[in-house]
Amino acid sequence: MELNAVQLSGAEIVVQALIDEGVQYVFGYPGGSVLHIYDALFKQDRVKHILVRHEQGAAHAADGLARATGRCGVCLVTSGPGATNAVTGIATAYMDSIPLVCITGQVPTPVIGSDAFQEVDTVGITRPCVKHNFLVKDVRDLALTLRKAFFIATTGRPGPVVVDIPKDVTDPNVKIPYVYPREIRMRSYHPTEKGHPGQIKRALDLMLQAKRPVFYTGGGVILGEASALLTELVRLSGYPITSTLMGLGAYPMTDPQFIGMLGMHGTYEANMAMHETDVLIAIGARFDDRVTGKIEHFCPHAKIIHIDVDPSSISKNVRVDVPVVGQVASVLAELVRLWKEQAPSAVGRPVAEWWDKIGEWRRVDCLHYDRTSEKIKPQFAVETLYKVTGGDLYLTSDVGQHQMFAAQFYPFDKPRRWINSGGLGTMGFGLPAAMGVQLAFPEAQVACISGEASILMCIQEMATCKQYNLPIKVILLNNGYMGMVRQWQEFFYGSRYSHSYVDALPDFVKLAESFGHVGMRVERPADLEAAMAEAFAMKDRFVFLDVVVDPTENVYPMIVAGKGQHEMHLAPSLSERELA
Amino acid sequence: MRHIIAVLLENEAGALSRVAGLFSARGYNIESLTVAPTDDPTLSRMTLVTTGNEEIVEQIKKQLNKLIDTVKLLDLTEGPHIEREMMMIKVRAEGENRQELKRLVDIFRAKIIDVTDTSYVVELTGASKKLDAFIDAVPEGLIVEVVRSGPTGIARGEKGLSL
Ligand SMILES: Cc1cc2nc3c(=O)[nH]c(=O)nc-3n(C[C@H](O)[C@H](O)[C@H](O)COP(=O)(O)OP(=O)(O)OC[C@H]3O[C@@H](n4cnc5c(N)ncnc54)[C@H](O)[C@@H]3O)c2cc1C
Ligand SMILES: Cc1ncc(C[n+]2csc(CCOP(=O)(O)OP(=O)(O)O)c2C)c(N)n1
Ligand SMILES: [Mg+2]
Repeated sequence: MELNAVQLSGAEIVVQALIDEGVQYVFGYPGGSVLHIYDALFKQDRVKHILVRHEQGAAHAADGLARATGRCGVCLVTSGPGATNAVTGIATAYMDSIPLVCITGQVPTPVIGSDAFQEVDTVGITRPCVKHNFLVKDVRDLALTLRKAFFIATTGRPGPVVVDIPKDVTDPNVKIPYVYPREIRMRSYHPTEKGHPGQIKRALDLMLQAKRPVFYTGGGVILGEASALLTELVRLSGYPITSTLMGLGAYPMTDPQFIGMLGMHGTYEANMAMHETDVLIAIGARFDDRVTGKIEHFCPHAKIIHIDVDPSSISKNVRVDVPVVGQVASVLAELVRLWKEQAPSAVGRPVAEWWDKIGEWRRVDCLHYDRTSEKIKPQFAVETLYKVTGGDLYLTSDVGQHQMFAAQFYPFDKPRRWINSGGLGTMGFGLPAAMGVQLAFPEAQVACISGEASILMCIQEMATCKQYNLPIKVILLNNGYMGMVRQWQEFFYGSRYSHSYVDALPDFVKLAESFGHVGMRVERPADLEAAMAEAFAMKDRFVFLDVVVDPTENVYPMIVAGKGQHEMHLAPSLSERELA
Repeated sequence: MRHIIAVLLENEAGALSRVAGLFSARGYNIESLTVAPTDDPTLSRMTLVTTGNEEIVEQIKKQLNKLIDTVKLLDLTEGPHIEREMMMIKVRAEGENRQELKRLVDIFRAKIIDVTDTSYVVELTGASKKLDAFIDAVPEGLIVEVVRSGPTGIARGEKGLSL
């Protein structure tokens, strides 16, 4: 043991470990089993605690911070209901591979298993939705366990880690020497870094032979900080690129080589290109069912290259031809180097015909909508948001049609700007996530796009925004319906709108005002831009902008369940045009 | 196809439930699962028997490897290996059945490890198929109770699954 190690209690160890990890913000909510930790937090000012209003908000806020910065998010909740409230947020982070450490209080070790007050089996409940979890039964294991938690959460394929700490382990009267392990080695955990050179070579050969290549990139490029390398490779090759919902912004969306998002609500050109491609270059994407459509019809003509750090992502849903396991940045750096070496003259290679084809698909203009409408179209609202913010925005989202419209109509040119729950699709994510983002970037423009149904799921966080003066802008696309649900009911349930009408809505302007914020409501297209400009001009205020949009609008294109990628539903106006 | 997968796990509380949870959450078949500490008390060795097509078994192995507690994994069925399962079977042994059962025990090189006026407990070790064969060979209606350990296995040759 080191001679001059400080003597700390378990509670102090938790706080000191956070300091040693460089954690700036902890999002939490107190309760019996974490009171020792809260007392230790009180006695210092290095780690700032943000008091949320619901533990789900704590997890989402930590998650939002992680998505915007790439650093590990941290939340702290009490045992029992504190932990169960956080589960939705933990599962949200898990599905999107977001690094998060969630510290949960637990009842004292002697009473674990006795149905003690506020006892739940947190390790058991969270096991299926964490990368790993720990129950710390001895204060002497605490520092090492916390170090492991951060290490596991942030390396390899990132993910949430829960550290469950019984109250007696944080006893302020039991002090032990504290040494925070810098280096950590775990014999059971060695995430792959570098890709296999032979596989990279095979991937390159295949790429160079391609006639109808497509890059299909995902959240892994952002998680792996590989945007610049991806951009370089895509530009070197001159090939088209599409992205999943989670990868948007990794490659500049305003660039002509970008052919839009793919998948269920992806562009016509992206999905058709996927259908016709002969070499698919999948990077940090996991072949989600929202992307593949019916597996039997997925990329029928393609040889598939797949770069991913997680071997279990490879050939999970779709069999691939050239798997490359490794960190996307390391593999892309290698591919860029080899490309420059082997294909110096490959710029604008014989894929011109392929681009012609893509040009034809583009001319379908699949995102067309009625710009002359008397009502505010949600698409128009997003376009106006882009205009007003000059494309320089951190945009978090809730879940539904508004999320898809944002993905389709707000072109992100940088990674970590588009922050949404893709895998779990958690309504209620947007507002608390925006808090994490705004705290990380106090000077940046941060907005949350939401629906009137989603926003009510974590509306209480408006109080947190007040307490910490977070000047977030909520852009509510208020269509009076759970629009995404209504759309499915219109298509597949004979327009029987069973319980998707959002009745008894509050007056959002007054609601915002009652929390101490600014509330605004816009109903006419002509007023929208000015209202948004006014909202964003209030740099130090939280503004809730209730935008009344056309309740009947649907998200197109759409690939319905059981259909192949190429069998998209286009907007009715377009389908008619095609028939004509 | 049937696969026997040997896994070295950190001997941590909850490691077993992670494996069991994985199989139920992902809907994988699990025929049997045995686990015990090894000569190194910080490690447990688990033997899993599972069935599925090649793709599924490949995923099972990847998912097992992904568990943070997994130190090493070997699919024994990929190479020459020895499989052993232990069974204790209680049979009604009265009258002429006693002779018949003893003969069976000899043929299978099993052992009778408990005797009463009316019953035997027979112990038998071998590949699971051999145990199945013994059960089939016991005359109708005589079996009182069967307890099987589930298979364990080890690769042939000098190489070992260790750290
Ligand atoms: C209402 C709704 C509609 C949706 N519609 C669509 C849609 O139309 N189109 C669409 O694309 N999605 C859609 N989604 C999202 C969809 O559900 C999935 O979340 C998404 O497709 C997954 O994105 P991804 O493949 O990029 O994977 P992610 O979940 O981002 O996974 C990242 C992958 O990268 C790997 N990885 C992580 N880090 C690294 C690293 N450092 N190096 C290498 N690899 C790494 C991981 O192992 C994983 O395989 C929708 C979601 C909702 C809620
Ligand atoms: C917590 C949660 N419950 C239910 C759903 C299912 N769901 C997906 S979208 C949606 C409707 C969202 O409505 P709203 O927030 O108004 O957005 P809109 O689609 O109208 O833009 C629902 C209920 C979900 N994704 N998350
Ligand atoms: Mg709505």
